[in-house]
Amino acid sequence: MNVAVAKTGSGRAVSDVFASAQGRLPGSAAIAEARRQAFETYERLGLPHRRIEEWKYTDLRALVGEVLPLAATPDAAALSRATEAVKAQAFAGARKLVLVDGVFAPELSDLAALGPEISLTTLREALDKDAGGDLLKTASTDAMISLNAALATDGVVLAIRDGAQLSVPVQIIHVATVSSASVVTRSQLRIGNGARVTIIESFAPAATAGAYQVIDALILSIGDDADVAHIRLMDDAPDAVNVTSAIVTIGARTKLNLFNMTTGAAVSRLQGFITLAGEGSTLAANGVNLLRKTEHGDTTLVVDHAVPGCTSRETFRAVVDDRGHSVFQGRIIVRPDAQKTDGKMMTRALLLSDEAEADNKPELEIFADDVSCGHGATAGALDDSLLFYLRARGLPEKEAQALLIQAFVGEAIEEIADDGLREHVIGLAERWLEARK
Amino acid sequence: MPLLEVKDLKVRVEEREILHGLTLTVNEGEVHAIMGPNGSGKSTLSHVIAGKPGYEVTDGQILFKGEDLLEMAPEERAAKGVFLAFQYPVEIPGVATMNFLRTALNAQRKARGESEYSTPDFLKKVREVSKSLNIPQDMLKRGVNVGFSGGEKKRNEVLQMALFEPSLCILDEMDSGLDIDALRIAADGVNALRSPKRSMVVITHYQRLLNYIVPDVVHVMSRGKVVKTGNKELALELEASGYAQFEDAA
Repeated sequence: MNVAVAKTGSGRAVSDVFASAQGRLPGSAAIAEARRQAFETYERLGLPHRRIEEWKYTDLRALVGEVLPLAATPDAAALSRATEAVKAQAFAGARKLVLVDGVFAPELSDLAALGPEISLTTLREALDKDAGGDLLKTASTDAMISLNAALATDGVVLAIRDGAQLSVPVQIIHVATVSSASVVTRSQLRIGNGARVTIIESFAPAATAGAYQVIDALILSIGDDADVAHIRLMDDAPDAVNVTSAIVTIGARTKLNLFNMTTGAAVSRLQGFITLAGEGSTLAANGVNLLRKTEHGDTTLVVDHAVPGCTSRETFRAVVDDRGHSVFQGRIIVRPDAQKTDGKMMTRALLLSDEAEADNKPELEIFADDVSCGHGATAGALDDSLLFYLRARGLPEKEAQALLIQAFVGEAIEEIADDGLREHVIGLAERWLEARK
Repeated sequence: MPLLEVKDLKVRVEEREILHGLTLTVNEGEVHAIMGPNGSGKSTLSHVIAGKPGYEVTDGQILFKGEDLLEMAPEERAAKGVFLAFQYPVEIPGVATMNFLRTALNAQRKARGESEYSTPDFLKKVREVSKSLNIPQDMLKRGVNVGFSGGEKKRNEVLQMALFEPSLCILDEMDSGLDIDALRIAADGVNALRSPKRSMVVITHYQRLLNYIVPDVVHVMSRGKVVKTGNKELALELEASGYAQFEDAA
């Protein structure tokens, strides 16, 4: 095969990034081979760009240019810099699992509190034991998933036992302390039959960090009759990049609430590939993008109804100020057997400035005939008549706007069932709004 | 000093003049009715007093307690004591009524340099007023006006009037869309707020409302001006003879 060498903007070949990292990447011989193959796939494709349909609105070649060298393994100083960020991100009462610069940090994590229903290993340990190389294999040929497989340094591998009823959330906190380096993690969460759990995943920088790149993957598989919430809060540094790929498989009669809120990073994309693989399940995949300055935030969801009788709802809200750019792409696939599918998505963008931009691309691919599917999209400014009503009642303009924006994003947040967590997320959105005043 | 003085007010909307030199004086404690046919400029007057964007004042003045109202943002006017009860109160999904009431009240108090209401005092007051207006508590938990009937929306306006304690209330077509029972409840609420310290401007097309809220002074508006001023008997006269006579006078 003739592989053209992909040069990055600075002339550094991406293969150099891989080559220089290879010596310290964990894994068995089979994993090393899986990495090599994944890297080959990536190298053939290069950074996604606008001529690839799925990446039309998020041209990483133009927005990001190059993949930065892998971050160094954090030393004691890095861990100490991460401590403040962990404290700021920690949701009260949650059991924390902390990754610093892409490496699991047991000293910052609540290992003792995990209890018998949760088993934890690090990806690093799991890769070393993985004789088949399966942990890094996915069916996807997406360039960023391949790059992640090639370079993943660590992550958490969590298994929640069948029937576990966890009233306290598990929170995975990703902290970056580096500058001009990439952080590549992959986590695998396996949730047993009948289990009930809330998982929070937070991304944030230490005070010193900047211009780093997060290339993350989440492999989430859920059994039957489970009740799961995954709440992702991405608040990476204002000049950082975060590209996260989530591959989710849902069993039968399971309830899953996926929620993402983007309040950080100069360029971000969350791409979710969600398969409803068991009958009678209910999925809510909701999200909020809060963007300002020149921030670019992309949420791309592919919801695959592979079996009959499942319900999916996507509620997405974008608030875009200054010259921000929000992207929502939602595809619902209904396979030929997936009769009685009920799939709907609604995406709305609120543009707070003349230069703000929002792209909404809903797609339905329906191969069954007895289904109920729909989508809707709106984009516009705040309603003047509502603003005037609030101001006529004494609210200053910015406060009136803030109240309306909160109400607007609230529609995507309200399905978070845990009262404390929902209030926490609302608080984070309010903090973003405060910065407008 | 009069509470409200509108002097020779000329107002345009998109190049078209709607008010052609309107003059109106309201003293403290008085209830004025402004009657007139559709398109005479009644609602424009109420919007300009409240500060709604989109109106261009080309001439004249509005003084409130001697201060130039036109220089103030809508929220400043509210904090000074101007209250417009909307003809069509808007629905605000996602903003719980209770949260809205508290936020608005505290914003006004903050602007006046007053301390914020304590939560128990606020709740007590809301409960008291909502009970007298026949507003069920669960309505206050819903989004502002969301799913409210016409009567409930108007009662919600009166509830706010009672909470904010303005010195000038402008009631824009309060009777539109209300049946007699709903009208009576809303009007009773308004009457309970009449006080020597509070003035009201009741804008209406029909005399009917004035059976419930009896004015001290009645003005007839036609084609962007006040063309006749009298006592409450004038409203009855109008009911009998209609507005046609004034269309010519303007």
